[in-house]
Amino acid sequence: MIHAPANAQELAEIIRSSEKVLAIGARTKPALSDVDAGVQLVSTRNLSGMVEYEPEEFTFTAKAGTPLREIVRILAERGQYLPFDPPLVESGATIGGTVAAGLSGPGRFRYGGIRDFILAIEFLDGNGVHFRGGAKVVKNAAGFDLPKLFTGSCGRFGVLTEVTFKVFPCPPEMLSFHISCATPAEAVEIIASAARSRREFDALDYSPDRCAVFARMRGPAGALNELADELQCEFPQSIRICNAVWEHITELRFAADSEFVEKRPLTLGRMSSIVNEATRNGTRCHVCGGGSFAWMHGPRPSGEAANITHEQALILRGDRRNGASRSEPEPTFISRLRAAFDPHRRFG
Amino acid sequence: MSIERFESIFPPERLLVSPAHISAYESDALTAFHSRAAAVVVPENADEVIAAVRLCNELKLPFVARGSGTSLSGGSLPVAGGIVIALNRLNRILKLDPVERIAAVEPGVVNTQVTAAAQPFGLHYAPDPSSQTICTIGGNVAFNSGGAHCLKYGMTSNHVLGLKAVLASGEVVSFGGESRESVGPDLTGLFVGCEGLFGIALEITLQLLPRAETFHTVLAGYRTLEDAGNAVSAVIASGLLPGAIEIMDALAIQAAEAAVHAGYPKGCEAVLIVELEGPREKVAVERVELDSLLAASGAVEIRIAADSAERMRIWKGRKSAFSAVGRLSPDFIVQDGVVPRRRLGEALRRISEMSTETGIRVANVFHAGDGNLHPLILYDGREAGALEKAENLAGRILKMCVEMGGSLTGEHGIGVEKRDYMPDMFSAAEIDLMKRIRSAFDPLEIANPGKMLPCAEAPALKSHGLHPLERAGLISRE
Repeated sequence: MIHAPANAQELAEIIRSSEKVLAIGARTKPALSDVDAGVQLVSTRNLSGMVEYEPEEFTFTAKAGTPLREIVRILAERGQYLPFDPPLVESGATIGGTVAAGLSGPGRFRYGGIRDFILAIEFLDGNGVHFRGGAKVVKNAAGFDLPKLFTGSCGRFGVLTEVTFKVFPCPPEMLSFHISCATPAEAVEIIASAARSRREFDALDYSPDRCAVFARMRGPAGALNELADELQCEFPQSIRICNAVWEHITELRFAADSEFVEKRPLTLGRMSSIVNEATRNGTRCHVCGGGSFAWMHGPRPSGEAANITHEQALILRGDRRNGASRSEPEPTFISRLRAAFDPHRRFG
Repeated sequence: MSIERFESIFPPERLLVSPAHISAYESDALTAFHSRAAAVVVPENADEVIAAVRLCNELKLPFVARGSGTSLSGGSLPVAGGIVIALNRLNRILKLDPVERIAAVEPGVVNTQVTAAAQPFGLHYAPDPSSQTICTIGGNVAFNSGGAHCLKYGMTSNHVLGLKAVLASGEVVSFGGESRESVGPDLTGLFVGCEGLFGIALEITLQLLPRAETFHTVLAGYRTLEDAGNAVSAVIASGLLPGAIEIMDALAIQAAEAAVHAGYPKGCEAVLIVELEGPREKVAVERVELDSLLAASGAVEIRIAADSAERMRIWKGRKSAFSAVGRLSPDFIVQDGVVPRRRLGEALRRISEMSTETGIRVANVFHAGDGNLHPLILYDGREAGALEKAENLAGRILKMCVEMGGSLTGEHGIGVEKRDYMPDMFSAAEIDLMKRIRSAFDPLEIANPGKMLPCAEAPALKSHGLHPLERAGLISRE
């Protein structure tokens, strides 16, 4: 049975009375909560809603179970946005789940990923005790950076109850481009050159399936049109496309529901070999965030063939226990770190 | 005495024990404090750092890693009787990859050297603390240093992709890597800003950003601080995202003018610096909006930098402001509390009231875009009780920042200076959790003890006057 506590106090009670516990949001990344029967699942769906939003501060605080869709809508009303393009907004993902999974989208290329926009967290530790980390202002250097530690931690240190983020004013216009490229090596060249160009691209993704780099610019309309003309001189094969391409990517619609989906960090130097290796193994991929990571998808996890560890890839969809990725033994300082938050090892 | 054990790692010329040699390490840029180590070791490679840390671990001897000693919070203040590990000779840029847009550096590399190496490729390293021509990346990492461009580009932690470190326990670990993305808990992010309490970074992988093509730098003078503050609100409300928004008050302007003759407008109570950056087409559109907005903001005078030389002059005045204040007063304390931006005006008014009430002069320089204040509290350490009064005022300002929903520090770190104020910002349980986290990396509590976390360490001695390097104009405080 999945509990859905009405507030943080009830959540604390559940943590204290469970041997093993894992918080879940909307389960848009089902492999992350695909755990043994003995683990008590606790839903944050009732811990939802914007707590504070100060547009002039460029910050908001929301309860962990707040759907991203609601946050994106509220920010848009004031002309602001989350520049890192959190994935699965329309699919119902929550802000807390997105932090725990540590996920960003195409926009991470320009200003950084989710780790670069999170400012503060509130959470319950393994004893159900309430803590805060970070500060609800855009600049802070006091105390250890717990918001970053929790980003990507998959619930191993505590259950998030509230998160505070930095936001930016949303530039007035967006232009999107399809730059065709025959091989992954050609895509690497295009991304490498665009990433250093004076134009300040907002996103650079690569779809091997569609043999194209997708590029995006944001800014005032007049400036964008001039920049776009020049882009077409540099990459004559580029064509303007509809901005809807980005939602297709952030909702992971390139992957079928039945497929494994995993996030795998990349560098441009390794991009070609990983794309080629995936193709050989019957896995497909979408390279995101200027070549900083790939969404791998297919009938089985890419790690199975590549013999990579689960420290190198995060499986979001598909039967994780059948996913063959190896697990490295936990370093002793990590065990001690986990004990600092969770002495009874309730969080797995 | 156990110090001899270090002879097995370091030759005599790199194992400093005589007072003449180690006195230079007694203080950092928080000159009000000093403390003497038993020895200073000067490693030349990572293996020597690891060996030194492991020996400290074996001997249960406290150690403090030190770069250029520019910490404003006493972060590199030695522990009396402990070891200082001076990292300046680990100063190699190990890798600079213009395609990946990354640099891997040793901790003793100076901040601006990274940008200098990246410049031929049209890249730069974004964090720009005012001491950037002398401070080291290792110190920037330990204290999560900021600078004038944090609202848009973040602090040091937003630019560190990975690092290799020796933990105080002696374990050598690697966090993150060369990718801008990672999976699993962000241990790199936790390490940056740990104030040296976990261990010593040996190799740091930094992201580099393309240098903006064009800048549009505007200096506006105002009759009152409030007018300047209102102009900032108007800029923020317009939807523009400037690279930097800075304000200096009359006393700071006066000091900067005396020091570097930046040509700031005369008779103004405040100057505002706003800088747009980006591709020329974009800046051309945005500058029209910014200029008309500032023209309507009640400014007495507006100057637009016509070229890069004028831009550099505007910034030189701003970046020299702290050291320049040294001309107005034999001693000063600089604070760096943060308040929500909408409360900047209120915060400055209250600082001004406190200044009047105590008779202590306070100059203000601040990063207005991100609410990061830098009140400079002037005093003369030769007067009995003057330092204590100044510290008392500094403490009241810090408490005010926390009460307003801000932070004790935006970029200088807690260090030894603000550790007693941690309970104003964090609960006893939260501080206790931080102690447990530290113990995970440093079970013996030998890495930079006495910094950040309140403890029973004996207080350091206090002195007065500018740091010798500051007097020489080599370092500055921001």
